[in-house]
Amino acid sequence: MAARADLRLGIDVGGTNTDAVVVDRDDTPLAKAKAATTTDVTTGIAAAIEIVLGELGDARDRITHVMLGTTHATNAVVARQGLRRVAVLRIGGPATHSVPPLVTWPPDLRETIAAGAMVVDGGIEFDGAEVAPFDADAAAAFLSSLSGRVEAVAITSVFSSVSRRHEVAAEQVARAVLGDVSVSLSHEIGTIGLIERENATVLNAALMGVAESVADALDEALGRHGLAPAKYFAQNDGTLMAFEYALRHPVLTIGCGPANSMRGAAHLSGLRDAIVADVGGTSTEVGLLINGFPGESSDVVGISGVRTNFRMPDLVTLPLGGGSVVIAGGDGNGDVHVGPDSVGRRVTESALVFGGSVATLSDAAVACGRVEMGDQMPPPDQLTALSAAIARSDAMLTDAVDQAKIVRGDLPLIVVGGAGFLVPDGLPGVSTVHRPPHHEVANAIGAAIAPVSGQVERIVHFGAGGRAAAIEGACEAARVEAVRAGADPERTEIVEIEDAPLAYLTDPAVRIRVKAVGALRFV
Amino acid sequence: MGKSITRDAAPATGERASRGNGRKRVIDVDHLPVLARGCAVLGAGGGGDPLIGVLMAREAILRHGPVPLLDLDDLPADGLVLPCGLVGAPTVAIEKLENGGEGVRLVEEVEALTGRTVVAVMPFEIGGSNGLIPLTWAARLGLPYVDADGMGRAFPTMPQMTMNLAGVSSSPCLLADERMNTLVIRADSVSWTERLLRATVDAFGGAGVAALYLMDVETARRATVRGSVSRAMKLGAAIMSGEENPIDALVGEVGAVELIRGKIVDVERQVTGGFVRGSAIVEDAVDPSRLLRLEIQNENLAAFEDGEVRACVPDIITVLDAHNGEPIVTERLRYGQRVSVIAFPGPDIWHTPEGLALVGPQAFGFRFSYVPMKDGDGRAS
Repeated sequence: MAARADLRLGIDVGGTNTDAVVVDRDDTPLAKAKAATTTDVTTGIAAAIEIVLGELGDARDRITHVMLGTTHATNAVVARQGLRRVAVLRIGGPATHSVPPLVTWPPDLRETIAAGAMVVDGGIEFDGAEVAPFDADAAAAFLSSLSGRVEAVAITSVFSSVSRRHEVAAEQVARAVLGDVSVSLSHEIGTIGLIERENATVLNAALMGVAESVADALDEALGRHGLAPAKYFAQNDGTLMAFEYALRHPVLTIGCGPANSMRGAAHLSGLRDAIVADVGGTSTEVGLLINGFPGESSDVVGISGVRTNFRMPDLVTLPLGGGSVVIAGGDGNGDVHVGPDSVGRRVTESALVFGGSVATLSDAAVACGRVEMGDQMPPPDQLTALSAAIARSDAMLTDAVDQAKIVRGDLPLIVVGGAGFLVPDGLPGVSTVHRPPHHEVANAIGAAIAPVSGQVERIVHFGAGGRAAAIEGACEAARVEAVRAGADPERTEIVEIEDAPLAYLTDPAVRIRVKAVGALRFV
Repeated sequence: MGKSITRDAAPATGERASRGNGRKRVIDVDHLPVLARGCAVLGAGGGGDPLIGVLMAREAILRHGPVPLLDLDDLPADGLVLPCGLVGAPTVAIEKLENGGEGVRLVEEVEALTGRTVVAVMPFEIGGSNGLIPLTWAARLGLPYVDADGMGRAFPTMPQMTMNLAGVSSSPCLLADERMNTLVIRADSVSWTERLLRATVDAFGGAGVAALYLMDVETARRATVRGSVSRAMKLGAAIMSGEENPIDALVGEVGAVELIRGKIVDVERQVTGGFVRGSAIVEDAVDPSRLLRLEIQNENLAAFEDGEVRACVPDIITVLDAHNGEPIVTERLRYGQRVSVIAFPGPDIWHTPEGLALVGPQAFGFRFSYVPMKDGDGRAS
């Protein structure tokens, strides 16, 4: 082959815009594009691809990989569309009957997804013993009663993070009884917390059809340009899954947008530990970068009313954006309301500096000399309110920056997003403010440059080798996971080790969670 | 005070449910969110996340109907009360959920063992998830829930119950797991009960259910913290109804001192001897030179400012989210949270010399003696 094949196409589908960017082997952006996100999502993706490839020109043939961060899965759950009918099998009896599967779900979503649910005997104790032997006959009877009425099976065993053997055995039963159905196993999906992990596993099973149709749509859009690159999906921790893996784990794509934008900010600025503020038209998201990755929330995250235990980026969301509406208080003494109403994308028609009639934070930024935009200055009688608005915005940002930290001390702040000009050049608690080039497509860049990851979670008693041996074992397992997902073994490293004790036990046991990430292996 | 467990007592003569003099209170599914918040406040940061208790109780109540909440005065004096709850690791409890029938099994065993009829179920610990879990069993059994408990808050061990102070024997202690494995402990002392119970719970897989300090209603009237359940519901209601300022609403309801309102600037945790020990530092929102240090061992045990004790066990120290007043359990404390730390008196019985010996600061390894909590101006309150 004459031309080098070394380019990657990153695509991020956001609420407002679908962004696309092409980067080279050194992760340098060569072309970028923004298109409006469409209701069907797929049309917007095709449009963004069209534009970015147009800008790239002949070099398009050098594209070897495409990375997609998309809201398809979230939209499908919210709209209750395109979801598969799922048989919900829990292996945990005689334990766990006190809270049957899916009782906490919104009834309409449960109706849409669940063809039936059952708890059969089995499951694992935290020390690896069995709660009870797995009742394969009961599982087979349940599944065959749903034969012809389900397209997917969700299987969750108690403490499958300690041993997955009952889930694997149940998968064999499902395939024997139902033939070629999609099967989702909880140990591949979530962490400790049975209800939340089971919920996520059921959502995952329901979303497998959506993932397949996205894959087909992307193939078609790329095929139109004669491209057939290796395909990856971005996931909620800022890393990638190979398409084949993503087709089995579509629920992990939920929440990938903020992760992508933080990873993009890290890459564009060259900083590994910093605060990131992504300032859009309506809202600002502030999060913490730890070792180049988004800090994750320890709280339960709900998806459309369903509790899950996903690790989502821990973000402080502020109602501040370029289009945020500023309303002066009645007495003219500088009292103002800022947001949450926003003119959004219409800022270039509605804002005062563009001759419109709505005072926005963009007008405030112009009035305070933070940016030049539009064709006129805001009227003098608005200046008091606008400068009060920017002061309010700065105070909210300061507070959010502080909340995002996990330790005391100043950190650099990376500003990305279309309305980054709202952020001043200095804030309390911030050492330096960085505004890297291409910051407006940081999220698509985050997708394009993302590494692949592997994660394990175990409960261990510190045996003969003690803590060090237990942690090393978990690290090795995480590395193997990452390599299996497509990472280059030479360039795979452990980025996170967390161990949390189990309280109120006499014989101390510890839950260890380790994540490994590695750069994509090029073939 | 003698041991009050009698095996030769006549079967309870009273009706199983309410004697119905006047107030008829029931706990229905709508009450659970309120009760859960109150239990979390009384948990002083420990006792496990009440959410799992809400889910269990909700299922049982939806299936079996609301549970009458009765004062001990409304139960027959010679009826047998079952103090009970979950024991073990909260992490296990959120993964290997209960069968739901364990408490029913406990009652069957107790009735077979004593030849007496259990007239009501009582949470032995109101703080955390244990304020709610026994409701599941009460609903299934069609028994009332006693408006009382054995701690008035959360503590880590079985000897730390008011029944122990009152001379009620901890034996027989009955344990069950989801397989309906059942064990009866007849121990020579409550510390042996504790030791055997912990070993059994480990063998069960890290969590199980227990009933101990069996007693008749008459004994329970003097040996328990009365009104705990309704207190929890009042505290929860204060948080949920105090829309504009839930913390002030709660502080007013409970007669608490707000020790500080500010930001967590440091959290440190380690495991020693099966307990999570650690500390957290809160910086005052208005005057950053003011720092409050919380000492934690599963629960929040003591609060210090400038080297002085502001509050300590057995008084209840609870960390609340400064925005919405939601109680925050110790596992979830982290840097940057905006919090209010409140303290309010633990039950009176814990302030006696005998009570302090069991649950005062020295019982948790501190060197100082109990001091009443102080408000921001250093006044004892």
